[in-house]
Amino acid sequence: MAMQYSRKVMEHFKSPKNMGEMKNPDAVGMVGNQRCGDVMKIYLMVGKKDGKDIIKDIKFQTYGCVSAIATTSVTTEMVKGKTLDEAYKLTRDDVAGKLGGLPPIKMHCSNLASEALQDAIDNYRKKTANNKNNEGE
Amino acid sequence: MNRIYLDTAATTRVDPEVMKAMEPYFTRDFGNMASLHSAGRDAENAVEKARRLISGKVNGKEHRLVFTSGGTESNNFALKGIAFANMGKGKHIITTRIEHDCVLNSARWLEKQGFEVTYLPVDRQGFVSTDDFADAIRKDTILASVIHANNEIGTIEPIRELGKIAHEKGVLFHTDACQSFTKVPIDLKKDNIDLMTVNSHKIYGPKGVGGLFIRQGMRIDPLLHGGGQEFGYRSGTVNVSGIIGFSKAADMMKENHVEHMAKLRDMLIEGALEIKDSWLNGPSGNLRLANNAHITFKHIEGESLIIHLDLKGIASSTGSACSSKTLEPSHVLTSLGLRPEEAHGSVRFSVGRDNTKEEIEYTIGALRESVETLRKISPLR
Ligand SMILES: Cc1ncc(COP(=O)(O)O)c(C=O)c1O
Ligand code: FES
Repeated sequence: MAMQYSRKVMEHFKSPKNMGEMKNPDAVGMVGNQRCGDVMKIYLMVGKKDGKDIIKDIKFQTYGCVSAIATTSVTTEMVKGKTLDEAYKLTRDDVAGKLGGLPPIKMHCSNLASEALQDAIDNYRKKTANNKNNEGE
Repeated sequence: MNRIYLDTAATTRVDPEVMKAMEPYFTRDFGNMASLHSAGRDAENAVEKARRLISGKVNGKEHRLVFTSGGTESNNFALKGIAFANMGKGKHIITTRIEHDCVLNSARWLEKQGFEVTYLPVDRQGFVSTDDFADAIRKDTILASVIHANNEIGTIEPIRELGKIAHEKGVLFHTDACQSFTKVPIDLKKDNIDLMTVNSHKIYGPKGVGGLFIRQGMRIDPLLHGGGQEFGYRSGTVNVSGIIGFSKAADMMKENHVEHMAKLRDMLIEGALEIKDSWLNGPSGNLRLANNAHITFKHIEGESLIIHLDLKGIASSTGSACSSKTLEPSHVLTSLGLRPEEAHGSVRFSVGRDNTKEEIEYTIGALRESVETLRKISPLR
């Protein structure tokens, strides 16, 4: 089936932003795609700005189709520098919109990027909560 | 950018000589074969000549070639036509799990009409076992349909043996030869074939034309009813120019083309397998279709690889779930026993007679680069 991708999707696919592994991430998130078996991994480095947790750096790795690679790439670009709360709210429509749309059958891949990001943020919050609990001992 | 076309299993370009042969039948000899006047007679003579030529390629003396709109129609015609003409004898049909969708979906539709279908498994290389085949035949089996050479993985099935077993048990034998016609020698008589599907657009002929060989004297119901063209088997004004193109294309395919393709295929396979964590699907050597190389690369996804290569000017294809309408991996690959994630990273390169050694060298280099890049993006190791 010929897949019609937007110019924006192809740009991100050709030169993905923030691609690769992160050395000592503060948190990692990973999701697998139930439908076609793809995997996305997001690495976060968290910093502080005006007393809020922000995404200081972000990296991704994706095993999947053109759309999966492009959506993770654009997601990392969109949330870099944002607070964790803001980043958490990113939806697949935000992502698809930013890419100039996705073929309908490929919309499910764009869920993955935000889910992997949310997973990373959840993991970060769990970790910091644990650290706080442990401080009292 | 130079374009390198390695998708001849999907379709081929129309050879300029084929175009030239077709031309007069659009403008000068455009007559309706059914007409009485000389334009009609000229068209008829040309079509009959084409029929003889194509039949001659497969020793079709005992068969009648009925021209159709292509492989899909011929396969539908074979399965449904035989099923309905033989309902009184039985309701069981045998086929395999690695057929083209037009056979599988015809079989599934027949199941809805009350027929029973056995879908034979294949081994890791895609071969149907003759024992399984013999065991599957029942008293009420009317037809067995086995693809000659598989369109995805290039496996050439032992049709001569299968046809023999079918005939010993009084079962009609059909084979879909869309991929193999002119690439693998076929002798309808020696190969024990009652019905055979062929088409034109895989051999540098036009799309939308093909045929079904039917053993003379056999009962088969037409799919299309109407003016009774094609011996009453296939109504509809005959596609004269298409048929002329088909026969010219069949005439032009020569042994040395097949040898050339096989050489490029082996070169491509060898180069691709030097990339680590990769393997060939389907057999190697003579039991593999001359134009087909089908390789799995672990830890990357096929659509990404295809598009990556496309950006470098190389046209290829994949059986990955991500590239299908249903998001299921190719039924052929899962039938081999590949897990979905293994089917994922699979690419089919199908070479043609116009490809050159240099193009294959370039492709191997590009493939190496693309696989490396995509593996860097992948979290799997
Ligand atoms: C094995 C096989 N059977 C059937 C077909 C369908 O033929 P057509 O495209 O002429 O309908 C194809 C290719 O398209 C094929 O490869
Ligand atoms: S990741 Fe499989 S379709 Fe996008």
